[in-house]
Amino acid sequence: MSYHKLEVRNLYFSYPDGHEAVKNVSFTIYHGESVGLIGANGAGKSTLLMLLVGLLLPDQGEVLVGDVRLTKKTLSAIRQRVGFVFQNPDDQLFMPTVYDDVAFGPRNYGLDEDEVKLRVERALEMVGIPHLRDRVPFRLSGGEKRVVAIASVLSMQPDILIMDEPTSALDPKSRRMVINLLKGFDHTKIIASHDLDMVLETCRRVIVLNEGEIAADGMAEEILRDKKLLESCGLEMPLSLQRCPVCGTSKKPL
Amino acid sequence: MSNITNSLYDIGLLDDLARKKTFIHRIHPVMKLLTTIVYIVVLTSFEKHEVSAVLPFVFYPVFIISFAEIPVVPVLKRVLLVQPLIIGIGILNPLFDTYIVMLGNIAISRGWLTFLSILIKSSLVVMVSILLVATTGMDRVAVALRMLKIPKVFVLQLLLMYRYIWLLIEEGFRMAQAYSLRAPGQKGIKMNDLGSFLGQMLLRAFDRAQRVYQAMNLRGFTGEYNAGDVLKVRFRDVLYFVAWSLFFVIARIYNIAALIGALFTGVGR
Repeated sequence: MSYHKLEVRNLYFSYPDGHEAVKNVSFTIYHGESVGLIGANGAGKSTLLMLLVGLLLPDQGEVLVGDVRLTKKTLSAIRQRVGFVFQNPDDQLFMPTVYDDVAFGPRNYGLDEDEVKLRVERALEMVGIPHLRDRVPFRLSGGEKRVVAIASVLSMQPDILIMDEPTSALDPKSRRMVINLLKGFDHTKIIASHDLDMVLETCRRVIVLNEGEIAADGMAEEILRDKKLLESCGLEMPLSLQRCPVCGTSKKPL
Repeated sequence: MSNITNSLYDIGLLDDLARKKTFIHRIHPVMKLLTTIVYIVVLTSFEKHEVSAVLPFVFYPVFIISFAEIPVVPVLKRVLLVQPLIIGIGILNPLFDTYIVMLGNIAISRGWLTFLSILIKSSLVVMVSILLVATTGMDRVAVALRMLKIPKVFVLQLLLMYRYIWLLIEEGFRMAQAYSLRAPGQKGIKMNDLGSFLGQMLLRAFDRAQRVYQAMNLRGFTGEYNAGDVLKVRFRDVLYFVAWSLFFVIARIYNIAALIGALFTGVGR
């Protein structure tokens, strides 16, 4: 069965303190699509991501991965197909070596050690860090940690990749590396970020969240040029689409 | 704040050491764990004022330190950390047990002997435990415990504590740093602020632990810890265990230190 499709129907979620974080959200993401999830701080991005992998369960509505509804029973099978990369790699990496960290998922799914080794090597290869395999994760640089975190999810060979702020707190070179990596993956991707230039480069479709509701859902090129919409949602146009501050000319033809 | 970084690096030291590949590292974790347990049981079974008969037990940690290429100073430092506790427990002995015994021609109160015995025994116990982790790695110790049918809950408790502790320390250091920057010319944290400081730290640690746990769950963690391939027990692993256990038992029955002394000085029984 293909798990590549992700469907969200009329999702509602409130936190115990009564704050309504996600209100009536619906969308469908198809095989191979790459979707940017953008919105101001507190717009509900992280909550929505957590709902997609069952870290939170919705008050109303449903999440379907492939054609399987996300419930407590299907959680394990779904999590195997949906890879989630945390915003802070320190939350995700805790094993004594990079190798063990990348092997953590496959081992939990009971694969035999030869298969685990194969998958770890492939995942490290995919993100270009076979040389880090015996290093201690918490002594790596920010960029390296991020890439290890991505590898630790890739080793589970997910169909869908969900990333929370994959480029936050990275230096320009590491950021570029992560962007190139993301562009190279043919997984179905959901990328939540404030780095709108990165979203423009890696995603063809964008969903804008504002106060827990979907404010817009459409082509990245169109939405990221819509100054009025972005500003009403606490965002601004990506730098690469803004006019040059010195001469006032537009960098990309409109 | 260089000591923060140092401490963080220090925490990883045992893990680093556990990755070496000496023949001691390669001995099956279960056998090493069992050897350590036998060592501790035998050592703690000595009479409370026994000193000389305990001395041959120094041989085991020395053997491991030299053959497993473990640096002595960091291990001793860790042993020193628990000394205040040991001294606290043992220090009243010399006060209460003032019965005088003769050691050769030196008169000494039995309380001091008991104290010395407690000091040596507990230091050795702590040391072999550290050495077990340094030559095996906490993961493999956990696997060994599971193979010995210790309930999952206890093993996980141990393992997660070992993994989370640095998160807590890191969080604490970061808060202390932020505090000290806004409290110039002040040493440490004011008593008044300490309550909210510690409370804050606890809450943050909860949050952090929660996120780490979520990350584990998302990668299929169900409470069973998998440390990868654990080899089968080989003959030499069993031999290692049997040989050492034999040595410990013999050293328990015969006072080897006294025998060697008698051999050299010719003072018979």
